[in-house]
This record gives sequence, C-alpha cells and structure tokens, in this order.
Amino acid sequence: MSLEQFIDLLIQHSPALIVAIPLIGAFLTPLIGKINDKVRNSFVIFIVLFTGFIVFLLANDIYSQWSKIHTYVFGGTAALKEGGFAIRILFEVDGMNIFMAIIVSILAIAGVIYSWAFMKENTGLDKYYTLLLLMIAGMFGMILTGDMFNFFVFLEITSIASCALIAFWTNKGKTVDAGFKYIVISAIGALFVLFAVAILYGQYNALNMAVLASKIQFSFLDKIALVLLITGLAMKAGIVPMHMWLPDAYGRAPSSVTLILIGATQASLYAALRMMFTVYGGKLTTTMNQIAELNIDLNLLLGIIIVGLALLTIFIGVLMALKENDFKRMIAFAAVAEIGYMILAIGAALTTIFSDTGATIGYMSLKGGIFHILNDALDVGLLFLVAGAIYYATKETSLNQLGGLARNMKYTTIFFLIGLLAVAGMPPMNGFASKLIIYESTYQVNPILAIIAILASILLLAVFVKVFHSAFLGPKLPKFEKVKEVPKSMLLAMGIIACIIIFIGLFPDLVVNNIVQPAVNALTNHSNYITTVTGGI
Amino acid sequence: MIYNVPYIAVVALVLIGLYAVVFKRNLIKIVIGILLIENGVNLFLITLAFRQDSTAPIYHGTGSRLMSLPIPHALTLTSIVIGVAVLALMLSLVIHIFRHYGTLDARKIGREEE
Repeated sequence: MSLEQFIDLLIQHSPALIVAIPLIGAFLTPLIGKINDKVRNSFVIFIVLFTGFIVFLLANDIYSQWSKIHTYVFGGTAALKEGGFAIRILFEVDGMNIFMAIIVSILAIAGVIYSWAFMKENTGLDKYYTLLLLMIAGMFGMILTGDMFNFFVFLEITSIASCALIAFWTNKGKTVDAGFKYIVISAIGALFVLFAVAILYGQYNALNMAVLASKIQFSFLDKIALVLLITGLAMKAGIVPMHMWLPDAYGRAPSSVTLILIGATQASLYAALRMMFTVYGGKLTTTMNQIAELNIDLNLLLGIIIVGLALLTIFIGVLMALKENDFKRMIAFAAVAEIGYMILAIGAALTTIFSDTGATIGYMSLKGGIFHILNDALDVGLLFLVAGAIYYATKETSLNQLGGLARNMKYTTIFFLIGLLAVAGMPPMNGFASKLIIYESTYQVNPILAIIAILASILLLAVFVKVFHSAFLGPKLPKFEKVKEVPKSMLLAMGIIACIIIFIGLFPDLVVNNIVQPAVNALTNHSNYITTVTGGI
Repeated sequence: MIYNVPYIAVVALVLIGLYAVVFKRNLIKIVIGILLIENGVNLFLITLAFRQDSTAPIYHGTGSRLMSLPIPHALTLTSIVIGVAVLALMLSLVIHIFRHYGTLDARKIGREEE
C-alpha cells in the first residue's frame, strides 16, 4: 500500500480514529507508566500530537471543497436502512465540527505539554494522564457525533473525567467542593439533555440529528425538548444564572486541567448551536408563537432570551472579576464574561439571520461569535496557564501577596501581557478581531448591545491592568527572592498559544475566510447537513 | 388513562429530584435527588418503548407477537451504567468532603479562608 492510499484510508476513517486513539491511549497509559515517568509522558504527548495530526488531515480534506461533509457510519456504509430507519450510529463532520475539533486539539496539545513540568511533583500521575486522555476523547466525541444519544454518552464521559480531574488535589477541601459542584451541575444538565432526547425519540423514532432535523414538526413537545436541551447545555457552558460552578471549578483545578476544561464548556456551547441551528433550524422561522395577544416569531423570542442572558453573563462576569482577589478565580470570572460575548453574538444572529432584511447582519454576527469561540479558548487558556505558572513558582494565588514578579519571570510576564491585551480586545491581538465583528454586527441589531459589550471590554482591561500591576510590577519582594522562571515545558505550552494568538491577531482575514466562514456556512445551511444523511428523502 | 400513569410518575420523580437538589442542604440528599431525576428519565425511556399488549423483545419461536421497542431498552441500559459511574464518583467526593470538614451540611463547606 502506498503512502497516498494510506493517507486516504486514514482520512476515510478519521472521525472514528480521532475518538478512538485518545481512548486507547488512555487505557494504555497506566501500563506504560510502569516503565517510567518520562516514557509515559512522551507517550501521552505522542498520542495527543497524533490525534492533532489526524484532525489536521481531516480539516484539510473538509476545507478542500466548499461545504463538504464527511460522514462516517459505524458498522456499515449507508446511514439509513430500508424504510428510512436510521438505527446506525454515525459521525457527521462539517465545517463547524472540524472548527471545534481544531480548537480542542490545540488546547489538548498545549495542556499535555504543560502538565509535564506542572504536575511533576504530584503522585498518582498515571491516573491523571488516563483521565486527561479520557476527557479529550469525550470532547472529540461530543464534537464529532451526529447522533443524539451518542452525544449524551460522550457528554457524560467528559463530565465524569473532568470532575475527577477538577478534584485531583483531594488534599484541599475547596477543590473537592468544586468537583462536587461540577458533577451535580453536569449530571443534571446531562439528564435534561437525555430527557429531551427521549421526548424527540418518542415522537420521531430517530436519534440521528440529521433525520430528526428533517422530521421535526415543532409541536408543543418539541418546544419543551428545545427548552430542556438549551437549559442543560447552558448549565454545562456556564451561562448566568447557571455559572456558579465555573469560578470554583476553573479556579481550583490544576491549570493544565482548566485549559482543557475550557474546551469542554465550549463543546457544550457548540452543541447548543448545533441543536438550535441544525436540528431545529428549519422550523424556527416558520413557527409563530402566541404570547397573549401578540404573535412573535420563535427565532426572535429565542434570540431575545439568549441576548438577555448574554448581557447578564457579561455584566456579572466582569463585575465579579473586578472585586475578586484570587488570581485564578478572577480569570475564571473573566472567562464567564467572555462566554457572554459568544452567546451575545449568537443571540443577535438568531434574531436577524432568518429575516430577509437582516440576514447579512445575522451572518456577520454569527461569524463574530464563532470566531470568538476560538479566540476565547486561546486567550483565557493562556491566562490560566500564566496563573498556573505563577502558582508553580511562588505557591501563591492571592493577589495581595504577589508583587514584583516581572524581575524574576520575564517570559511569563510577556505571555501574561499578550493574554491580557487579547482578552480585553486590544489590537493587534486576536480578541480585537472577533470583538470588532461582534460590536459592528450587534450595533446594527441594537446599539445598546454594542455599547454594553464595549463597556464590559473596557472594564475587563481595567481588571487585568490591576492584576498586571499588583502581580508583576512594583518593588521586588524579599520572599520572592529565590523565585525562578518556570521550566521549559510550561514555557513551550504558553509559547505555542501565544504564537497562535499573535498570528490570528495579525492575519484575522486568513483565519476568518478559511476556517470560520466554512463553520458559519455549515451552521446556516442546515439542509445540506440533512440531505447528506437522508439523501433527499 | 391508565397508560398515562407512568408519565405522571416521570414528571413527579423529576420534580421531586429537582426539589431535593435545589432546597436540601445535606450532600447525600442532593445525591439522592440526582438519582431520582435519573430514575425518572430512565422510566420515561422505558415507558416510550411500551406498546399496549406487547411482550419483551426476545424471539422464542411462538410466532409473531407484538413486541415493545428494543432501542429505548438499550438506551436505558447505557444510561443506567453511566448513572452508576456518576453515583460512585459523587459518593467518593462526598466521602472526601466529610473527611475534610466533618460535616455534610452544604452551608458549612468550602467557606474557609486559605
């Protein structure tokens, strides 16, 4: 077999391999850990890099044609049996799925490299790496699957693994508390999703997303299912008022875990997008909803509710970040605010995208929101890695105790500065590019939205300038006399993310046209998603 | 009417479970609440599979008879297995919390200064 044939085979089976390789790696890790620690760490890095390579191959294949969809049916070739029964599980990868898969693979690679030095002094690392790979496999599964029940299973795999990782430092009471909060929220969220899946199955006898989307009638039960789905996924995505687990979980978990946890929250956000735009997409516009005397389009209603939640999320995130004194918790609240930006754009898109007059605004808004998913993962992730580096070097997270670190840790300082400017949406970082699109499009929907978004962005800048001042600047503190720069693997992980941030910041057009635009097309063109599976039935 | 009873039970189980999670302070009771929700959802799946006068979907050579749907049974089985894993994890966390704080009252947990 020649190399090209092998690559073709690899691409053909790539959706299954992307999930299977981390899964097999997870169960091999404890065995390989028997040899020694270095071999195990290298093995885990190899597994993640190899998965990233396959994601890259698949991405290359999908971006080669306009709106190409890669369908992988487990145990067969045809998605449907005779009579239209969709009983096979299938993975359906379009522009949106592969976009999320790219984000997750970047986060996974950086997180695993970072763990090498960061977790070195801990015991039980075999279990740590096993859970890390399980979580990565679960996230890829959530992102790539085209089957509702399969999605639920991967959701639970992700949340069980990530909960165990959040509570990894069981010697601290607060960490275990954060883990418990997370498992309660994610178990309830996942059960809501399962309830909704059951409601949909009971009506349409299908679990396949594409078949469901083609059959959906938007009855009263479907509306209940939509509410349950969005509530369950919003719980997992950390949208106010279901955000209370997020600062604890992000703040208490080891930094390398937090980085990958960002991917897990965004996978939930992606699923909410998939449910709204693909599964319910065809019927959202044509269904009118009667509220008292008023007839209102359902997409408008949904959009307004989501925009309201988004404004709350932005406000509460920023204000809580302003008063927080703990380094990691503060970044976690900033992460809540950043999630608000994404759903603000998504909500604004929902209100306009289906109408004739505002469709272009809606597309732009959706583009900004999806672009921001990538940027938020990188920016907030980088800040968490810097916070972890400071904790590693000083064993301190309270901002009152820190100071003058720029003298000892110059690379970390530079990385923090990059992350700070990116989160606050300052040019020339990537946060500026996506936030500008969000401001522009939401301004056309309603000027107040854009004003609030810009205001919150300025407040975020204020928050991080305060941190920068109190942690890095100022006189050298005697107790930090012996603090050294962090080990190379941590610097490498931060460096990878910082380079991507600057690259996106300098060439946003390149990223928007080549990666984000296919994702937007995939979401808005839901009939394409359906006919790939049903063949136009 | 008699066939609606399971659906009423489902909604009752889910609501009781949610009530326990939201209003109870004891962590064990919160865990029980989550289990109630889970059982409600599982019961819902099983109820969906049932058709009037149907038997379990196993062939035993007595000709064709009406059988209940097998797919929701498979889903329920998977969901039960996942539920056991979540339950075990939650209880192990509760044990850790009890070791640290000596209490299971949610109001007294995680409030200490570091």
